[in-house]
Amino acid sequence: MTAPQGLHLKTFTLILIMVSVAPLGDMFLGKGMKRVPPMASWAPAEVFHFFFRAFTSGTIWLGIGLLLTFFVAYLLVLSWADYTYVLPASSISNLLIALLAYFVLHETITPTRWTGVAFICLGVFVVGRTHLRTTEHR
Amino acid sequence: MLTGFIFYLLNVVPGTGGEICMSRAMKTVGEVTDFRPRAILHALGRAMSVPWFWVGITMMATGFFSLLGLLSVANVSFVFPATALSYAVGTLGGKLFLRERVTPQRWFGVLLVCVGVTLVFFGKQ
Repeated sequence: MTAPQGLHLKTFTLILIMVSVAPLGDMFLGKGMKRVPPMASWAPAEVFHFFFRAFTSGTIWLGIGLLLTFFVAYLLVLSWADYTYVLPASSISNLLIALLAYFVLHETITPTRWTGVAFICLGVFVVGRTHLRTTEHR
Repeated sequence: MLTGFIFYLLNVVPGTGGEICMSRAMKTVGEVTDFRPRAILHALGRAMSVPWFWVGITMMATGFFSLLGLLSVANVSFVFPATALSYAVGTLGGKLFLRERVTPQRWFGVLLVCVGVTLVFFGKQ
């Protein structure tokens, strides 16, 4: 079961968009949430207050905007490619998130965690070499 | 710690379930071949008429709010690789609910991702 060249190209392009905007969006969410104090309890009023504070942050909204772009690209690629292909293939973004966390957010990343990220990327590479569609389409 | 774990579970399980529902909805819509803005909006409009889309949106929204909660108690460099556990959950869901054919090579890739996630967990400072 092989996919035509054009299908590979548009799949690659959309996954490239996904892995470019998602890590940036995640980074902005992380940056924004660092300014919100953690929830003290699961009381409804406390939960509401927690999310209300989160949504007053411009950084959070910037992250949401980028993740919406990711979401549209994600939906489009899912219209033809397997979910079990897209999911790991786009997980290369884990490496980009780790790099952004290290260089932009100045988080400390242990060697064990870098090794974990490398394994994730290797897994992505293996999945990326499988056929992108295994089900019948309309 | 418990709050973080609850947020983690709420992110991985409903978040992944939502993605599977969304994949099902988009397969119902059919392959998108036209990428002009109007055509993309049209495809999204068609997706919104599929009930699975709304089930997926609800579950993904739960996952998103949990992600925000998790990010308030843990570092970005921990949260995102750790939530890659959803790849294993998602692959199982794709096989069971979407009837996708998961080849041994794809399973092997997912296994590597899971090993990576485990190392990220143990690499937490």
